[in-house]
Formats: sequence, C-alpha cells, structure tokens
Amino acid sequence: MIRVVRHVIGWIEHRTGLETAIRSFLYEEVPASSGWQHVFGSVAMFLFMLQAFTGILLAFNYAPTPGEAYNSLRYIMTEVTGGRLIRQLHHWGASMMIVVVVLHMIQVFLFGAYKKPREATWMAGVALLLLTLAYGLTGYLLPWDNRAYWGTVVTTQIASKAPVLGPYLSRLLGGEGAIGVVTFARFYGMHVLLLPPITTLMIIAHLFLVRKHGIAPAPGDEAKPVKKFYPEQVYKDTVAIFVAFAILFVMAVAVHVPLERLADPTDTSYVPRPDWYFLFLFQTLKFFEGPLEVVGSIVLPTLAMLALILVPFLDRGRVRRVTERYAAFGVVFLALLGWGGLTGAAIMTTPKTAAVEIDFSAPTEWLQLSPEEMAGVGYFRKENCVSCHSVGDGGAKIGPDLANTAIRKSAAWMIAHFKRPATLVPGSMMPPIQLSDSQLNALAAFLLKLTPQNASALQAAPAFAVDGALIYQANRCGACHLVNSVGMKVGPPLNGIFRHRDKAWIARHFRDPQAVTPGTIMPRYAFSESDMDKICSYLLSLPD
Amino acid sequence: MIYGLWGLIGAALALPASIYLLFPPRLRKREEWTEAADMGKLTAKTPTEVVFRQNRVDGWKITSERTTAWAIKISDTEVIALAPQCTHLGCAYHWDDGKRQFLCPCHTSTFSPDGKVLSGPAPRPLDRYEVKVENGKLLLGKVVESENAA
Repeated sequence: MIRVVRHVIGWIEHRTGLETAIRSFLYEEVPASSGWQHVFGSVAMFLFMLQAFTGILLAFNYAPTPGEAYNSLRYIMTEVTGGRLIRQLHHWGASMMIVVVVLHMIQVFLFGAYKKPREATWMAGVALLLLTLAYGLTGYLLPWDNRAYWGTVVTTQIASKAPVLGPYLSRLLGGEGAIGVVTFARFYGMHVLLLPPITTLMIIAHLFLVRKHGIAPAPGDEAKPVKKFYPEQVYKDTVAIFVAFAILFVMAVAVHVPLERLADPTDTSYVPRPDWYFLFLFQTLKFFEGPLEVVGSIVLPTLAMLALILVPFLDRGRVRRVTERYAAFGVVFLALLGWGGLTGAAIMTTPKTAAVEIDFSAPTEWLQLSPEEMAGVGYFRKENCVSCHSVGDGGAKIGPDLANTAIRKSAAWMIAHFKRPATLVPGSMMPPIQLSDSQLNALAAFLLKLTPQNASALQAAPAFAVDGALIYQANRCGACHLVNSVGMKVGPPLNGIFRHRDKAWIARHFRDPQAVTPGTIMPRYAFSESDMDKICSYLLSLPD
Repeated sequence: MIYGLWGLIGAALALPASIYLLFPPRLRKREEWTEAADMGKLTAKTPTEVVFRQNRVDGWKITSERTTAWAIKISDTEVIALAPQCTHLGCAYHWDDGKRQFLCPCHTSTFSPDGKVLSGPAPRPLDRYEVKVENGKLLLGKVVESENAA
C-alpha cells in the first residue's frame, strides 16, 4: 500500500515538481527572531479565503437585484437551514478582516519591516488594505435594506464631489441621479467579480515579494541559527488562525445581525451611518463645511493614503530594533488615538434612532395583529399562560394546547371560562383570571388568532410593541383611529405613519395636539416618558 | 496539533456549509387547497384536463402559476387528479380517447385512466394530487409521488 502511494507521489513529482515546490515552501528559512508577531498576515489570508467561501455560499441563495436582494437575503436568514450562520460569518468576517489587516500593518510598521529592500512588499500591502476597504464599501449595499441604501447614498455623494473626477466617478458607480438598479449592479459586480481576482493577484504578488526578500530579520539575528517555516512558524500561524476563527464563529452564532426595512428612498427620517470602520471618516467630514467639505471627504483621506503608501520613503532612518523605534510607536499611538476619538465621537453623536428598528430577519407576523390582539399578547404574557398551556410547540402541559384550532371555542366561551374556569370545564384546575372585560376581550382576540403555524411567530412580538398596544387600548385610541383595518376613521389611519412622522413629532402631538395640528379634536395625553416612548415606537412600527 | 486545529476549522465550516446547501429550507407557508374545477363539469370515467392557478413557493418568492391536472370522476364525491407529467422523464402526456389510455409522446409510455403503467419505460404509475371535494367543487392539494409499484 505504502509502495503504491510512494509510486503515485513519485509520478506526480516527476511530472509536476509539486512535492519539491511544497517542500521548498514549507522548509523556507525564517529569521531566528520570527515568532508570534508574524502571524497576522496568515490570519488575514485565512480570513480572505473564509470570506470567499461564505460569499460563494451566500451567492447560491441570493438574487443580485434590488428588492429581490432583500427578499432573498431574508429567505437566507429566516428559511434556509444554517443560512443565518453563514450570513453572520460573512458579516463579522468582514469586520474581523479589517481588524486583522490593520494589526498586520501596525506590526510591520513598528518593526520597520518596510525598509529597503521591502518597499514594494509594503506598497502591495497598502493596496490590499484599500481592497479590503473596497469590499466593505461595496458589500454594504448588497442587503438592500434602509441601512445599506442610505449608507451608499452618502458614499456615492462623496465620490461625486471629488475635484475634477467627481462626475466621472459618480457615473462609474452608477450613482448619477439616484441610487437604483445600475448602482446595485455596479456594486455587486465590483464586490464579486472585480475585487476578488484583483485581490488574489495582489496577494500572490505580496507573498512572492515576502518570499523573495524573506521575513525582515531583527538586528542580531545573523548570529543566531535560522529557523524553518515548518513546523515552528506554521504552528504559531495555525494557533492564531484557530483563535481568530473561534472568536469569529462565536460572534457569528451569538451576535445577531439585523435586517432593517426594505430600502426606502422616501424615508426621510432615516439617519444613515457607515459601518464602524468608516465612522472616523464620517466624523472627520463634520469638521469641514461648505466649500471645505471636499477637504475632509476627499483631500485628507487621499493624502493619508499617499502618506501610507510612501512610508518606506518618508522614513529613511536606520533604526530597526523595534524597542528603539520611539517615533514609530508615537505615530501608531497618535493614529489609534485619533481613530478612536473620531469613532467614539461619531458613536456618541448618533441620535438615538429616530425611527423604530424592527428586525426583518426575525418573524414579523406580529405586525399584522390589531392593537387589541397585540394587547392580548401583553395579557397573555402577564398572566403567564404558558406555564400551564403549550402553544403549538407540542409540550405536554396541564392545560390544552392553545394553538390547537380543533378545540377552538368562541370568544364568549373563552371569556366566561376565564372568569370561572370550573363552571364550563368541570374539574378544571385553572385559576380565574383577574382582568376587566375589555382586557379579557383582548386576550380572547389574540387566542383566536393562534394557529400551530403562527404561534411562535406571534409570540415573538417585541416588548415595545406589546406595551405600546396596551397603552393604545387603555386609552381607547381605536375609538378614532384605524390600525390594521381595526378601529374607526374619525382621525387619520395610523398605518405607515413612520413614513411621514418621527418620534419627536408624535410625542409633541400627544402632549399638545392643538399646537401641532391646529383645529384637531384630539385630546391631550400626558404620558410618562417611558409610556410615551413605547406608544410612539409602537405607532412607528405599524406597517403600510 | 497543526492538523488537529485545521481539522476542527474544516469541520466547523464543512458541517454548516453542507447543512446550508443540502437541508430543505423551513417552509413558511403551509400547503393550500386550490379550487380547480366544478364537479358538474367533469364527465364520469373519462379524464378531463383541468387548468387552474396554484401558488407555488419558489425560494424567496411565491408565484401564482398555471397548472393542469387530469381529473377523472369516479363518483360524485370521489375523484382522482393526476399530475400532468409522465413519471419517466417528465414529458407532458395526453389522453387518447380512441384507445382510452394516456399516451406519453416522448418514449411512448401508456397509462390506464387511473394512472397505472400499461406499457413503455415509465417506472411507476402517474403521480396524483391530493384531492378534496367540497360543495361540488374539486379542490387540489400537493402532488404526492406514487409508489414504486409499476
């Protein structure tokens, strides 16, 4: 058996030289000082391959046109088995890649490894950083939710303001006029067709140069014996890759990436924000107004990038021992401080979401419930009905399954039963429910809606909506307003109010309707701060 | 150690990836019954081609599409509805009234009016829709694959 294997390997070696190539790759000599600080490049490359892998998997279930993109991503996240995990691996992998690429760069910078003859290696590395950022920028649009849409509006606007090139860039990005199918196709094309081969070529060039010049040795390495890439460095790289992967995997499982409302160009209340790694640029922009804006949006970033590319020529010093490179540490420290400060400021100044965030990658059936049914969810939770009843989940509990439509009774029966359980069901162990008639009505209305199919989805209604509906019911808003086709039409129907009103407006209107809408017959409502927040959030969540 | 860690990473990726690609998606719609024809319009013992619209869950889309079925009335309350594809390679077959049998034009499989294979390469009887008769209407559910009992 072993002879056969040897024979096959020998055959391949003779024809391709593969074995020699692998050996010379693995047994490459590395300087004595190489070690844990050199793992970041390998981790970055691993993450790139992981992004390609998860990206391809996503593409198998993704339709790259606006609208379809949103629905197919929603399908991936809610219906495809394991889809959410793959998407979150891709999402958090992108963030992690930025972190690792920057760490790699900081290490090379601190160790002065860009010095002669490794200038070209450094420049290829900067190109790879820019490519990584380009993935982030183009990938941001692809979910086609509000966040993606409005974030990209800002990006294309900035590009269009570039001196001289602006109009051309804008046309190239398909962002002339408004963002639409053309922009989407361009961004998708760049993200999956243009950037990957360029990145691959660049990585090959980068690796070739790293191998050509070898890892930069530290002063004093000459005296020590060289090491082999395998197994010492491969072991360290593998451990680092494993740790990075483990962190990423845990994030992908545990940290939920929401999907917002479908991209809505008419939504004026939306506050666009770029992804976290671009926040510092976003914040820088605020310091420049009017004609100077272009300085913050184009000139400064371009200069910074040029400076980064030219680092090997700007730093002609001979100091190479990392412990003596005070200036380099100073630069990194200042850069991190500046970046951190700007990012922090951007986060602090982000207004607490004006609009209500609904996660459309979670069940949204609750959006269709009437306020009364939604309030019923509240009483259902308050009375803790699930401690004795299963709800379509098949658990064997004392009481009957409430989602079982075969044993469904009328609302009147239920209410009578809630009040005196043992009268209608002799021997029932259920305690009477101490709620008013209208509250019992709401509870019965919700129970009538339950089916085995929608039970878990309806119970997923977020607390703000349930609390908001309880306030809505308690104040009898339905006596004048219509929500999800239930209520009266004395006042305006409230569905889709998020399109033209924000939270502040609605709150003002509650406190003093006359001041906001002169002539209205709506009475004042003096809700507490937290109640006001809940009812406003609920109203803003009502679908069109 | 090196191989072990790479093995773990490989497994942690290969497993979700195969689940992602090979497991059927969770269904968000339960199956529906679609009204296909009036019982009165079907002739007893002779197949009638009924055309109706059915909602089909297609990935992230639900499309309403034209579908046909061959309905054969056994009695006023009993009907069989055959899916319109030959069980050999999926060609559309038709009813030969003279010979009183279904004929598939592709590889000349023939079927009896209730879908049994009479001749040809078809491996099993014609597939049937789930059927229900309510208020004189024929309701069709999903197609159930017939047994491998050719």
